[in-house]
Amino acid sequence: MDEPRPTPYLQIRHLRKTFRTFVALEDISLEVYPGEFICFLGPSGCGKTTLLRCIAGLEEQDAGEIIQDGRDISRLPASQRDFGIVFQSYALFPNLTAAKNIAYGLENMKLPRAQIQARVQELLELVGLSDFAHKYPAQLSGGQQQRVALARALALSPGLLLLDEPLSALDARVRAGLRTELALLQRRIGVTTIMVTHDQEEALTLADRIVVMDHGTIQQIGTPHEVYRYPRTPFVANFIGEMNFLVGVVAGQGWVQCGAHQLRVSRLNGLAQGTSVKLAIRPEDIVIPTAAPAENTLSARVQHHEFLGAFYRLRLAAEELNFILDLPMAQARDLDLTRQDLLPVHLPADFLHVYPS
Amino acid sequence: MTTISTTPPSWLAAKRKAARALNTEVWLMRGLILLSGAFLVTFVLLPLYELIRRSMENRQGEFVGLENYLQYFSTPALAQSFANSLYISAMSTLITVTLAFVFAYALTRTCMPFKNVLRTLALLPIFAPSLLHGIAFIYLFGNQGIFTNGVFNFLLRLIGGYDIRAVPPLPFEIQFNINLYKEPTGIILAEVFYLFPHVLLILMVALSLADARLYEAATALRASRWRTFLTVTLPGARYGIISACFVAFTLVITDFGIPKVIGDGVSVLATDIYKQVIGQQNFFMGSTVSVLLLTPTIIGFAIDRFAQRRQVAMLSARAVPYQPKPNPTLDRLMLAFCILVVLAILLVIGTALIASVVNVWPYRLELSGRHYDFSKVAGGGLDAYWNSLRMAGLTAVFGTIIVFVSAYMIEKGRGLGKTRAALYFLSTLPVALPGLVLGLAYIFFFNRPANPLYFLYGTMPILVLSTIVHFYTVSFFTATTALKQMDREFEAVSASLAVPFYRTFWRVTVPVSLPAILEIGIYYFVNALTTVSAVIFLYSANLKLASIMIVNMDDAGDTAPAAAMSMLLFFTGIGVRLLYELVTRGLKQRTQVWRQR
Ligand SMILES: Nc1ncnc2c1ncn2[C@@H]1O[C@H](COP(=O)(O)OP(=O)(O)OP(=O)(O)O)[C@@H](O)[C@H]1O
Ligand SMILES: [Mg+2]
Repeated sequence: MDEPRPTPYLQIRHLRKTFRTFVALEDISLEVYPGEFICFLGPSGCGKTTLLRCIAGLEEQDAGEIIQDGRDISRLPASQRDFGIVFQSYALFPNLTAAKNIAYGLENMKLPRAQIQARVQELLELVGLSDFAHKYPAQLSGGQQQRVALARALALSPGLLLLDEPLSALDARVRAGLRTELALLQRRIGVTTIMVTHDQEEALTLADRIVVMDHGTIQQIGTPHEVYRYPRTPFVANFIGEMNFLVGVVAGQGWVQCGAHQLRVSRLNGLAQGTSVKLAIRPEDIVIPTAAPAENTLSARVQHHEFLGAFYRLRLAAEELNFILDLPMAQARDLDLTRQDLLPVHLPADFLHVYPS
Repeated sequence: MTTISTTPPSWLAAKRKAARALNTEVWLMRGLILLSGAFLVTFVLLPLYELIRRSMENRQGEFVGLENYLQYFSTPALAQSFANSLYISAMSTLITVTLAFVFAYALTRTCMPFKNVLRTLALLPIFAPSLLHGIAFIYLFGNQGIFTNGVFNFLLRLIGGYDIRAVPPLPFEIQFNINLYKEPTGIILAEVFYLFPHVLLILMVALSLADARLYEAATALRASRWRTFLTVTLPGARYGIISACFVAFTLVITDFGIPKVIGDGVSVLATDIYKQVIGQQNFFMGSTVSVLLLTPTIIGFAIDRFAQRRQVAMLSARAVPYQPKPNPTLDRLMLAFCILVVLAILLVIGTALIASVVNVWPYRLELSGRHYDFSKVAGGGLDAYWNSLRMAGLTAVFGTIIVFVSAYMIEKGRGLGKTRAALYFLSTLPVALPGLVLGLAYIFFFNRPANPLYFLYGTMPILVLSTIVHFYTVSFFTATTALKQMDREFEAVSASLAVPFYRTFWRVTVPVSLPAILEIGIYYFVNALTTVSAVIFLYSANLKLASIMIVNMDDAGDTAPAAAMSMLLFFTGIGVRLLYELVTRGLKQRTQVWRQR
């Protein structure tokens, strides 16, 4: 992600949207680059759909600009913007066959029949539904409907593909399969894509960059690795993956006092001594040292353990500090969890995130 | 798989740009929203305003404030009809809602046999003008009525063909006199028959929306049947019951046909308006009474709107439909009840039918078609009937188009949010406007040379327009319900494909809503055929309607031809309905293939 970036395909500047007195979006700024796959991720009601609809022109923002491909589209109606969209409900026209649904936009352009047919055929093949061209939506499975909706959205080769929770109406199995297909397809066509989801796994596997949102604001924009590894706020840390939080006070350069324990941290982000802070560390980043105890090592009591297939999840208490630890099976086999109730645990300074609280 | 060009084909990009440049559809949509608004304002709001204004003027056209109202209430005879109206409406509402509730319960919540037949028969009176019930009641309870003179006596003569004087008094007899002309009882009972199908329809819908899970919970908590009924069934149907009460009350208090035919001695608001306007040419008092008649209906309307707004979240998407379980005692009891009700309905309609096909009631009961020859009676002969058919046809076609397009604009339109909310309210208002009030308001508004729409006065279009408005609200709700069931995002998808909304309206919305659209059409047709109240002030001497002819014939004492015309309209309504079923079955099979899995 270090190569010089081309000019953004889509720019959103200081977007604000209210519903009467309720602020749905507050000062949203975002740049999307050509061919990127962006995911809007956040809890229910945080404004993901609203932002997507503003980009599409289906909601009108109160303030702020949207620039697509160098053109200010802020006040254009949806019909004059350049995008294809897939809704959670798919919104397939129930009285038209799959082929007719896909041809819907093409037919309106008064193209020659042969050209329309060729294009529809091409799209049907693209989503692997050639055999279902003449079926009505009610006769298709959820996954097939979703593909028809996708093909319809791509029919006019839009510059921007918008997806609002396109996979959430499907059951888990179908969903995982379609997720991979969607990623491959997007890479192949190269269409700039924005997808709304509240499923972090979906966002982590699909996105080039994730936009994490909460309460109508953007909390962090970054690659899946960045937002997972370096969450900028406690909200992001908590929302994506599992996270332990410990309450403490900055004790000095690189040190935080957590209850009775002094912990070394690598990045203090310039917080002054005496500031109350929250320390965060992922369960898989805590290790059980085999060598002699070094710094940041506590002695913890195992209160509970769960078997989760590839690893054990331990619930630990070190005096007043409570946290969980994920122990890979390979290591768990060497430890007898049923007997050993006092364990040394090491919190690596590099993996301890510090947030002002 | 296949390869797809990573850059869009150039021809596509060019075409797309061209399509997106079109901006006309935004203006078209706004234009259509404003047009719907103009329609509702011109044909609902302005006439209503004119009516209220006139009720505060004297004969010289000077503003007199509430003087007309004071005069009304200080005239004992007039004030009495206000009390009569309230009493009659309250009583018939109470009786009908109770009976119809039990009937609807039997149809939706029990395993009673013959449900389909019973429902169809119970809904039959919907095709009859309310006048038909009035006329039937004259033949049942009037001076020459079957019950007044003895049921067995009548049957004997009907079957045996005896002259009335030849039949000696029978040793046993069902005979009683309800004092039809002097007491409100007759009006109340006739109204019950008129109301029954309308109320039944609403309650059937309310009771069919039940969540089985609530009943399972009640059973699990060992609640008795009766307790379950009180704590689950009744609360679940309460909004339907409120709605049914409102509709029933409004229908009775604004009904003009029944009191006109049988209520000579019992005056009510609706007949007062008629007498003031047609009898005494006193338009000011007519408008005053109209406004008084509006008050209870508007209050009912407000209560109903308030109740419906609270209902929204009642039935969740996860509700499990309720399946009634057999209960022999209850099922048999209900069957007996329903058969009794249906027999009573058939008795009323049958009486009108018999009266229309016998020679001279009650003296010569042999079969005769002479009352169906309308050329010799007051009115307009068969011309009026053809006019009615034409009027009903035009109302069905234009009413359906106006209602559906306007409901679409209000429900799915974009922009002009406040205007659309106001239009929604205006669309629900006509249900609270009694036909007579509407008709009178139209006279005031359109019968002024200063009005640019003056040319409409006394023409077919104004009859059609007033009927469209008169039955607007129910049609509007049918359309809105159908539109709400459609995916909210069809319009958004079309916009993303640069397809203008009117194309999607035509290719998707209309085909998908076809059942509802046809339903609106038939509703308009049947009601336009039988309506009296709105058009009675608006028809002209050379444009008579069959339903009005019934009133005039009855006025002139030609009761049997009036019964004949009522039956003719009744059978026309049923005929059209059957034709509609036949045609739509074919149509649905062709256009609705996609509904099948
Ligand atoms: N038309 C509207 N009128 C009023 N409030 C609205 C409207 N649309 C959305 N909201 C509010 O704006 C907030 C954001 O809604 P939005 O649909 O964008 O959430 P979301 O992040 O997509 O949530 P979900 O994951 O549940 O779909 C919510 O609190 C919602 O109640
Ligand atoms: Mg959403």
